[in-house]
Amino acid sequence: MSEPVIHTDKLTKRFGDFVAVDALSLTISGGEIFGFLGANGAGKTTAIRMLTGLLAPTSGKATVAGFDLYTGAEGVKRNIGYMSQRFSLYDDLTVRENIRFFAGIYGLTNQAIKEKSRQLLESLKLVDVADTRLASLPLGWKQKLAFSVAILHEPKIVFLDEPTGGVDPVTRRRFWDMIYEASERGLTIFVTTHYMDEAEYCDRLCIMGDGKVAALDRPEAMKRQFGVESMNEVFLQLARPKKTE
Amino acid sequence: MKESVLIAGVGKRFAAIQALQEVTLSVGEGELFGFIGADGAGKTTLFRILATLLLPDEGRAEVLGLDVVRSYRDIRKRIGYMPGKFSLYPDLSVAENLRFFASVFGTTVEKNYELIRDIYSQLEPFKTRRAGKLSGGMKQKLALSCALVHRPEVLFLDEPTTGVDAVSRKEFWQMLGRLREQGMTILVSTPYMDEAVLCDRIAFMQEGRMLALDTPTGITTLFRKPLFAIRARETWRLLCALRASPHAASVYAFGSALHYTDNRPAVRVDELLAALQAEGFTDVSVSVIQPGIEDTFIALMEEKQGSAHV
Repeated sequence: MSEPVIHTDKLTKRFGDFVAVDALSLTISGGEIFGFLGANGAGKTTAIRMLTGLLAPTSGKATVAGFDLYTGAEGVKRNIGYMSQRFSLYDDLTVRENIRFFAGIYGLTNQAIKEKSRQLLESLKLVDVADTRLASLPLGWKQKLAFSVAILHEPKIVFLDEPTGGVDPVTRRRFWDMIYEASERGLTIFVTTHYMDEAEYCDRLCIMGDGKVAALDRPEAMKRQFGVESMNEVFLQLARPKKTE
Repeated sequence: MKESVLIAGVGKRFAAIQALQEVTLSVGEGELFGFIGADGAGKTTLFRILATLLLPDEGRAEVLGLDVVRSYRDIRKRIGYMPGKFSLYPDLSVAENLRFFASVFGTTVEKNYELIRDIYSQLEPFKTRRAGKLSGGMKQKLALSCALVHRPEVLFLDEPTTGVDAVSRKEFWQMLGRLREQGMTILVSTPYMDEAVLCDRIAFMQEGRMLALDTPTGITTLFRKPLFAIRARETWRLLCALRASPHAASVYAFGSALHYTDNRPAVRVDELLAALQAEGFTDVSVSVIQPGIEDTFIALMEEKQGSAHV
């Protein structure tokens, strides 16, 4: 396999006396679907903020998409995709305007924006609603669009932060189809979720507890190790925080 | 059984969107009743009508025998409502929020402490912390305490566990179980199908309509086709292969397995197995399984939409 897309060595973030992320060491390779789980307050958000170049680490080493987190945070931001629970698309803009806006932010040329918009509208079957404001579209469509827009600039890795919160069970599964297809094309996926069945769809999982890695392995290996049938049971055993807050 | 909540033909429209349509059901005293559905299913609109915060366009609703439109003042004193959005005062401390809600309802924290002890005791080490600075799980416990502080007879919890991790979700449902044992009527909405089994009865909601209503076990009898669980190491390739089959009626991923229905009336496990092995899935396994709540929800959604999404 090629260069790892994410490599961290004892990556740590402190806020005063509080160690939010404690010596996180990860290596994630190209095309991998990597699930990042943990209880609320386990350090997931802080870790993602560091890996996306939004928060400077306190100590440890890390490269993301070929850039060092200390010296190349801007390079990291330009070479990753990010989609959060709250979509990040603009409800008051049309489908086409949303695409143009985000493509512009990522510095695509006018020619490329035109071409990308056409391709995207066709592949997502959104040609007929291209000039409809986003607000009136079903949640499932918005979600597909948000994912496609997040990877419009062809990043090496996309961070999906609870991408499937609040959607129906069919739409949730369709979203995972897109994740699988993208990973087949070589895109690395870094995903967080509270749905434990989705944890099973990942190639590898990292479960965080109190800022530390509580487990890092393939889902089937974790289930075998704990002698249980589902990731939910693994999670309940591992993620229970030892200290409160 | 005495009814705590009665909903008869309730509809509500917001401009072009029909948020609720012809919803009819009743919830008995002491029942733990779940509304299961995604965003946009109408759960919040229904809860806001029952909590007397929104007027229905059609139909009528009663809470504790009182009409939600005419007797809203009386209802408000006797119910607890925890909205989906965190709506306590972020600038007040944990203890101040609780005291504030107690005083609004003309009571004191001490008077009903017994009821909230179980939940609030976990927050007490942080009682001087501002509510806005609490973690998600803690905010949820405080919001529940505030909704309970006046000892309501009916409790409305709108998506209390959305965005909350699996450990805190489990703890939260244990708390609901204990409240139910004390005889409180609880209406709760959730997008998590696995929480449905913890309710006495559930209603499936989709796009403003009720798809089904029954006990968690009863509702799965609405799933009428034989259901197979199929597993292979290469799950994604297996999913693509099954979808490409002309015999596939539905294929959905469920954790490490795929749940599959066939459009041939009496297809057997060994036939499916042989066909998949012939396609090169040497490690494939097929078994007949009982449909769960989520299988049933998906099947009813497809039925309503009139087409199977294979």
